Amino acid sequence: MTVKQISVFLENKAGCLAAFTKVLRENDIDMRAMSIAETPDFGILRIIVDDTYKTACVLKEAEYIFSITPVLAVEVTDEAGGLYQIVQLLGDNKINLEYTYAFITRKRGQAYMIFRVEDNEKAIDVLEKNGVHIVSQEELDEL
Amino acid sequence: MEKYYQREIECASREQIRAWQDERLVKQVRHVYEHVPYYRNLMKEKGVTPDDIRSVDDLHKLPFLTKADLRDAYPYGLLAVPLEDAVRIQSTSGTTGRRVVAFYTQHDLDLWEDCCARAIMAAGGDKGDVVHVSYGYGLFTGGAGLNGGSHKVGALTLPMSSGNTERQIQFMCDLNSTILCCTPSYAAYLAESIHERGLRDQIHLKAGIFGAEAWTQEMRRDIEEKLGIKAYDIYGLTEISGPGVAYECSAQTGMHINEDHFIAEIIDPKTGEVLPDGEKGELVFTCITKEAFPLLRYRTRDICVLTHEKCACGRTHVKMSKPMGRSDDMLIVKGVNVFPSQIETVLMNRGYAANYQIIVSRVNNSDKLEVQVEMTPEMFSDTVTAVSNREKELESDLKSMLGIYADVQLVAPKTIARSEGKAVRIIDKRNLY
Ligand SMILES: [Zn+2]
Repeated sequence: MTVKQISVFLENKAGCLAAFTKVLRENDIDMRAMSIAETPDFGILRIIVDDTYKTACVLKEAEYIFSITPVLAVEVTDEAGGLYQIVQLLGDNKINLEYTYAFITRKRGQAYMIFRVEDNEKAIDVLEKNGVHIVSQEELDEL
Repeated sequence: MEKYYQREIECASREQIRAWQDERLVKQVRHVYEHVPYYRNLMKEKGVTPDDIRSVDDLHKLPFLTKADLRDAYPYGLLAVPLEDAVRIQSTSGTTGRRVVAFYTQHDLDLWEDCCARAIMAAGGDKGDVVHVSYGYGLFTGGAGLNGGSHKVGALTLPMSSGNTERQIQFMCDLNSTILCCTPSYAAYLAESIHERGLRDQIHLKAGIFGAEAWTQEMRRDIEEKLGIKAYDIYGLTEISGPGVAYECSAQTGMHINEDHFIAEIIDPKTGEVLPDGEKGELVFTCITKEAFPLLRYRTRDICVLTHEKCACGRTHVKMSKPMGRSDDMLIVKGVNVFPSQIETVLMNRGYAANYQIIVSRVNNSDKLEVQVEMTPEMFSDTVTAVSNREKELESDLKSMLGIYADVQLVAPKTIARSEGKAVRIIDKRNLY
């Protein structure tokens, strides 16, 4: 029930991000979600794409350093407190949340978030028991 | 089976070597005194005459020569034969100031090639081998020296010169190269390229002879593993002749100095005092057989150790350790001596490739040491904390190795310039001179 995220090492220099997005564009790769974590030295770009395998091949060819991590794509009710409820559930069950970011969809009325936690199995168990919908890779591809 | 090019010389008794040295030194000092006014003046300043030099025991009485003397005397000031007797010029790849030019008579070239032939055979080479020479040809001594040595051995010589990696690999596969001669950084680059192309099974290399720049044991293991060869070290400098001044044997515990041609001393770089065997200091050479450009007591700036311990290979000539740094490459940062080789050791121990750059700058009147290291897929992770921890763990290792703090930055792969000749590793932004 996890989806694949690609994390890419980028130097924190002008032009690095532009060069990276150019590679994606030239290869017709569609980014569905993206976040960047920065330090003064480097940045880590995390993306969810429409075709993970193709993207990995393209990045390897372009000599980028990257890794593929299983993360959770979670449906968040589009009302006040939706996100709070999920974070609360994770916290109550002592599941460490590394980072989270928003997922872009063309569907109205629903919001999705990406969660990177320490223990995927436990998180899936806790969230599903509490009626939270976790999106599979197949569902995600259709969004 | 250990192979020798000139067994009777390479395995001569210590008494015999000493007898050759005594006789040749006395003759050489007289030759230089009579034909090189520059050195004659240095001797006069020190109050030494050729009559004072009766054996190797008197060597310490002679004045030193340094790179500065070579610049002062440029181009002909240290030439000891009429120019018409010289047949070749080679030059250093020096990056600062005037280049050094060295002259050779035909006899000088002959002896230099003998030295290189000894190195090739000590690495297991013989007339059935294909010697792939990827040192630069031209003014640089690397190509010419190993090329000549390979001819003397009777091996089939491939004068590749440096660069054009595709062609290097293709010839290596198609023409069955068995011995690779180049700089260690280029060997590492070739090894990586061969590895990337999955051609390891198609190369037939058995040995490599690598020199002309500093390299570590870790780098040696890396190259040996990737190419499936035994990697031998070779030492030399243009001022003294070129590669082959010293070379490694099968024991791989130091490089035998060709003592029938060069007398080696270790001195304290500060006082110039001669140090006993086993002490670390600056290596000094005296050429006792060269005709055209016979430098006496030339200070190499290389820091190393000599040992006369008996070697398993049967050779009797003294061994020098791999240079542990250069007294002029050595960086003084916050008053602490820093050798690039120390930084390289830390990186290799943590599993990084030797692709790094040292940047020294001065911020608010205080030295700042930065080390840029290329990121590898194994070191990468999707969380900032994990990647930052990689930097911190290198910083902590460097701190214990060097005694001072170095700011480590992981950078994208292939962003640090990898030259196909000598690697540029140090950028000193301080204007200290
Ligand atoms: Zn030996």
